[in-house]
Amino acid sequence: MASVCVFVETAKGKLKKSAAEVLGEAKRLAGGGDVDAVLIGHGVSGLADDVAALGASRVLVTDDDAFGHFSVDGFGAALSKAVATSSPRVLLVAASVVGKDLAPAVAASTGSALLADVTAVALNDASVTATKPIFAGKAIANVSGNTPMVVVTLRPNVFEPATASDGAAANVESVDAGVSKADLRTIVKEILALASEKLDLTEADIIVSGGRGLKGPENWHLIENLAEAVGGVCGASRAVVDAGWRPHDEQVGQTGKTVSPKLYFAIAISGAIQHLAGMNTSKCIVAINTDAEAPIFKVADFGIVGDAFEVVPVLTEELKKLRE
Amino acid sequence: MNFVVCLKRVPDSAAKIKVAADGKSIETSGVDHVISPYDEIALERALQLREEHGGEVTVLCLGLPEASKEIRQALAMGADKAIHLKDGGGSRGPFEIAKALAEVLGSIEADLVLFGKQSIDADNGAVGIMTAQLLGRPVISLVTKLEIADGKVLAHRESDAGTEVVEASLPAVVTAQRGLAEPRYPSIKGIMQAKKKPIDERDAPASEGSMALDSIVPPPERQGGRIVGEGVDAVAELVRLLRQEAKVL
Repeated sequence: MASVCVFVETAKGKLKKSAAEVLGEAKRLAGGGDVDAVLIGHGVSGLADDVAALGASRVLVTDDDAFGHFSVDGFGAALSKAVATSSPRVLLVAASVVGKDLAPAVAASTGSALLADVTAVALNDASVTATKPIFAGKAIANVSGNTPMVVVTLRPNVFEPATASDGAAANVESVDAGVSKADLRTIVKEILALASEKLDLTEADIIVSGGRGLKGPENWHLIENLAEAVGGVCGASRAVVDAGWRPHDEQVGQTGKTVSPKLYFAIAISGAIQHLAGMNTSKCIVAINTDAEAPIFKVADFGIVGDAFEVVPVLTEELKKLRE
Repeated sequence: MNFVVCLKRVPDSAAKIKVAADGKSIETSGVDHVISPYDEIALERALQLREEHGGEVTVLCLGLPEASKEIRQALAMGADKAIHLKDGGGSRGPFEIAKALAEVLGSIEADLVLFGKQSIDADNGAVGIMTAQLLGRPVISLVTKLEIADGKVLAHRESDAGTEVVEASLPAVVTAQRGLAEPRYPSIKGIMQAKKKPIDERDAPASEGSMALDSIVPPPERQGGRIVGEGVDAVAELVRLLRQEAKVL
């Protein structure tokens, strides 16, 4: 029995970056004790060694064609089964698109408290405590879960990832979830507009966001070029998304995505309170805006007062040179 | 077709959030409250689907007595009736909320239950999924397109892989993402009619305390505000700072 169990997420036949983050935190919480990891998918068994190299003492694997696509009920049943084998005090899952579906399902089926999207977690004698931004970061709640197992989802990009070591071979146990494809309550018929290599904003290290000051969608090459030059992902303010210039999945803010990248560029964004809430935990913020009084400058580590149409192309060229 | 939309009363996204004197809640005086924006999107799509397929839209809200204002707003938008699980206060985790909602939903005919993908106060994004799990019904989250045909729902949802086209048999549960619908404004007629629509008021079950909110604190202050310079002349210095001081490039 391990005190800490984690769900490791895979995509396109590889472990996701979040797997190292949940295992890094799990090892810290276990304080040298055992950590179980749960791997679910189709054709994922080969990744068990990678999971072990990141520090899992035991890898519980469910590998079956019922798990080719993520499903709430299928993965939920498989993870609940694995957790019954592990009976941990705390189950860690990344607060990713998949994790945000999976963790509540497992919490509900096991009658466990859920501490969602936390930025810190601790194991105490009687409870599991966590720190969790609420109101998209306008306030921070200290919460605790008192059930025998507590399910915790970890905000991406916040926790120190485990580094892989050439350890012993994985201690692998296979778990039969007792779920077949025909049992699944939802069917993925097809996947449209495959999100190429685009990283989700919440998992990106560098984000370049544009606002209404860019005057129109035809000027978005400024944002895209800068993002490409720094290896970042494009974001947008609510005003821009509401105007239909950019898709909803790029919106940063209280009614969009809450992000904590290493580096956040706010280009021609004034900094409405709901936008600031969604990005003010970024490690470094750069703002470029014509209005020296714009609220964005109050939270920016570095600001340039100037016209984005002039400053951004020069900055893009400078950063391109750095990469070459 | 019976549609049920679960909605929550929350402070408006433009509100400044201040910690109250008890250190466990937020200051609510002077704060405007609204239907949580994603819940409002779910409600709008339910109203549209009712217009296409017929049936009834019921609003289900677990919240303080004050939430009757947001329930009336939903009725003014066009919902037919409401169930208000009156909360006596205290903190409640998502699992306890889901249990209370599932108990009601299990006792009424609800072909399609719609939630917002998350509330914009607690930011858990868990109640819709948990409720579906407790009811043993299919759930499709982050839905940006939703149609009903032949006893099934066909939805588009945003995933890491792209836009998934997902099918499930009714009864089912969905959670709304932005893009699903643009909420309407209530008409004057709608507001008048809402006053006569029935609200079934019940007491919410007591919290079981599986989760506690120990304290709320303001976020750490950012030490921002440094202006590197003006215009293109400041670019070189900015790049130097990003590399040598912040060490992020």
